[in-house]
Amino acid sequence: MAESSLESSNMSCNSSRLMYPSRNHTHSSMPLSKQSYSVLSAFCSEGNITQCISYINQEMSSLGFPALCNELDSGGDLKAVSVLNNMYELLQLHRRSLRALEELETEQLKSASHLEHLKLCNSRLKEQLEQSRRESTGLCERERQLQMKVKSLQNCLKNEKEEVQKLQNIISSRASQYNHDMKRKEREFSKLKERLNQLLIDKKDKRLAIEVLNYVGRSDGKRSLWKTGKTEARNEGEMYQTLLNDYESRQKELLVENAELKKVLQQMKKEMVSILSPRKHSQKGETIDDSLELPGSENEEEVCDSSRETLELSCEHAREQLTNSIRQQWRRLKNHMEKLDNQASLVQNGSLGDNEVISRKSHEETVEKLKLEIQQCKDFIQTQQQLWQQQLSCPCDDETAALLNDCYMLEEKERLKEEWKLFDEQKKNFEKERRNFTEAAIRLGHERKAFEEDRAMWLKHQFLNMTPFLDRNKSQSALKSPEASEVTVAPESQYHNAFSTPKAAPAKIPSTADLYRTLRLLPDHGSPRSQPKNGNWQDSDVILSRDVSAKSGFLGAADCSIYSLVGTESSPN
Amino acid sequence: MNFSEVFKHTNQLCRVSPDGKYLATCVQYRLVVRDVSSLQILHLYTCLDQVTCMEWSSDSQFILCAMYKRALVQVWSLEQPDWHCKIDEGSAGLVSSRWSPDGRHILNTTEFHLRVTVWSLCSKSVSYIKYPKACQKGLDFSRDGRYVALAERRDCKDHVSVFVCDDWQLLRHFETDTQDLAGVEWSPNGCVLAVWDTCLEYRVLLYSLDGRLLSTYSAYEWCLGIKSIAWSASSQFLAIGSYDEKVRILNHITWKKLIEFEHPATVSNSKAVVYKEMERRHVGGCDDLTLHHQITLGGSLFNTQSKYEICPLPVQIPVVKPDSDRANPKVGISSMAFSVDSRYLATKNDNMPSCVWVWDIQRLRLLAVLEQTAPVRCFQWDPRRPRLALCTGSSKLYIWSPAGCISVPVPVEGEGSVGVFPICHQQEVCTPTVLVPLWALCTTLLA
Repeated sequence: MAESSLESSNMSCNSSRLMYPSRNHTHSSMPLSKQSYSVLSAFCSEGNITQCISYINQEMSSLGFPALCNELDSGGDLKAVSVLNNMYELLQLHRRSLRALEELETEQLKSASHLEHLKLCNSRLKEQLEQSRRESTGLCERERQLQMKVKSLQNCLKNEKEEVQKLQNIISSRASQYNHDMKRKEREFSKLKERLNQLLIDKKDKRLAIEVLNYVGRSDGKRSLWKTGKTEARNEGEMYQTLLNDYESRQKELLVENAELKKVLQQMKKEMVSILSPRKHSQKGETIDDSLELPGSENEEEVCDSSRETLELSCEHAREQLTNSIRQQWRRLKNHMEKLDNQASLVQNGSLGDNEVISRKSHEETVEKLKLEIQQCKDFIQTQQQLWQQQLSCPCDDETAALLNDCYMLEEKERLKEEWKLFDEQKKNFEKERRNFTEAAIRLGHERKAFEEDRAMWLKHQFLNMTPFLDRNKSQSALKSPEASEVTVAPESQYHNAFSTPKAAPAKIPSTADLYRTLRLLPDHGSPRSQPKNGNWQDSDVILSRDVSAKSGFLGAADCSIYSLVGTESSPN
Repeated sequence: MNFSEVFKHTNQLCRVSPDGKYLATCVQYRLVVRDVSSLQILHLYTCLDQVTCMEWSSDSQFILCAMYKRALVQVWSLEQPDWHCKIDEGSAGLVSSRWSPDGRHILNTTEFHLRVTVWSLCSKSVSYIKYPKACQKGLDFSRDGRYVALAERRDCKDHVSVFVCDDWQLLRHFETDTQDLAGVEWSPNGCVLAVWDTCLEYRVLLYSLDGRLLSTYSAYEWCLGIKSIAWSASSQFLAIGSYDEKVRILNHITWKKLIEFEHPATVSNSKAVVYKEMERRHVGGCDDLTLHHQITLGGSLFNTQSKYEICPLPVQIPVVKPDSDRANPKVGISSMAFSVDSRYLATKNDNMPSCVWVWDIQRLRLLAVLEQTAPVRCFQWDPRRPRLALCTGSSKLYIWSPAGCISVPVPVEGEGSVGVFPICHQQEVCTPTVLVPLWALCTTLLA
């Protein structure tokens, strides 16, 4: 009972500690098993038994145990039975809880170990997982590579297949070509066999022969020669001669080409040297390589001594020297150009001397000027084009178009038109005059007839009235008048001559030349004035007037009719 | 351009004499010789059978008429019309007949290429040459007429014999390194002989006049090889046209390839000019379209106007794909010709049958492409200046020069077609005339 009391005291200590935390904390530091009475006395003392009892009652009832003792019975008489029972219950409870604790502890240990085990497993599995992941990536990589390989192999396969296909095509085409050729040969062969058979059967062979009427001479006139060793040798000789000639000509050509190329190279070298040498002197600030000096001087020497060079250049060594020197010069030129470029870029920053700056500036100025000029010219051309276009497209109506079409010839056309007009007029006039001529001729004819009749009558009269004196007078007058009549006849005869053609063939119009000739317009008898006959004064009158009118422009507008002419027969010029 | 009047001939046998004075035509078995300028008939000869081949001698004195079926050759003289000569090959048969360069010997190739007989017109001698080879071009005379190269086949190997034309002596005889020799051709200067192999092997061998092998050239293996070759007039270039639609040019100094000309289906070269022939058909308005009327009108009804237009690049050239199973496919460069100054080269690719390509040799690039409406039949260069004449079988003549391209309609009645023949070569002729004879006219022309 002492243990249990000790235990109970421990428990109560604990509970008291809980209830009254303000109690001595030094007690809490002491282990439970070493609880002594002093502790117990802390909770329950002489004075607060009832309080303790009530408190414990409360606790017990809260825990589900029956009440420790009746309440408020004469100051704390505890029922031993209930107390013992409660204590027993508490002990049982305590034992049970200890057992549970043990179990829990074992459980906890178990689960701890389980957990450890699991952790180990986990870590192991994680490792395994990592490893397997790595493996899988490795395998993936391998798979990829293998797939690439497969693809490339497939490509190769495709290519090979294509090649095989191509080769097969080639083979098939060759095969077809072979077959074709074979067939051809077979056909020929069979034809040959047939022919051979035919020949064997035939036996009478048609002799091959040539029938010539007479042999002709050779085209070059020479006689043909026998085949001898000499001719063979001659043929050989000729053949080699031909070959040699060909080679010689080719060699000559090549020599000429070579010489030209060498000349060009020499020229190039000289020019390069000339370009480079003055520059070298002007560049003061530049460091001149000593190595460059020597070849430069060498080059000068070479340049001067050209005759020696032409001899030397035929040998290979000199050729090499030439090409090397050209290469050198070219390199120098290139370097120089690069330097110039650098300088130019520096000039833009304004860090070099005046020479280059000015030259560049002037260069740019000239370029600008030229550009301006070009622009101006272009504008000019543009305006010209526009005007031209305008001119071409402008004439919308036909008249102006027609006018403009031949505008250059307009003046001449007008003149021509005028002249045509004149010509037409004159033609008309001429026709009119011709008509008048014919009419006059006809009239003349009539008049002549009448005149003849008159004459006849007059003669008759004369004859009949002939007396010596009267006769003389009459004869004189008759002489005169016949003269006059002769005179008048003469021109008439002239006219008759002129118009004989219309008389003879009235439909026929005299040609202009005849007319003119008879009218003495054509100068076949000299000047019109030198006409002896009197009657021709009239002609001359006509002619002169006609000449004047001709001068003014073909047959003038003056309408001179023959009728008026005949009328004015006595008016000389 | 002035055209003479139309006159008939058969078998495309129409030749101008080498001196340019006479024109000989064959109609069936008659040989008609006319004066070139007046076209008056000067002589009329009658042969024994239909003439298959006709050739002028080099001095324009004699004409050879060969009748292959009867194995006869008749020779006529212009100076003495009474002179006659008949060569009978008898049972040996006749496959080809030609003059020698001196105009006094006739070379007859017997049937099956058994031998070549050399008949002489000035002496009683007859020469035989054995084992000539039956190939594309087995016999070639040098341009100056001094030597003749003959391809032979002995013991399944190819040989070449060089004879002197003067006395028909054998000068050189050598074996060639070819599998199956297809042809021989002298260079114009007579010093180099080009020998090429069958189309199954691309190989060209160049031999010097004395039989030494100068060089070999082979562009590729296995595919079909050489189709045609052409020397330039100055002997500087050798053009090789092959089945792969390319032309390779070798230079005469190193015999190495100078350049390769391709014939692509799309022309996109910026400097080349493509001339395309455009046709404008106009039907002659005719109320009475009876058959008779049609045929007499003939020309005007079917006449088409055509002119050249310059197409902007790139241009697609029409390609005819050949049958791959058949032998001798219509692919590759089949005809090439250099201009007389060696400046230009005209080529024709069988794949693109209606185009002629003109290349500038000085600049080694394509100069012009002429695209016609019908397949091009043949083309010839003017022997005096760089002018190309070509015909396609229509009634027009097409002429290209560096200045431009024109199409000239030839006055043809009915549906005649035009062929171009080589112009006479003599230097005395100042105005070269392009001979445009007509092929056999449409036989259904009613009287």
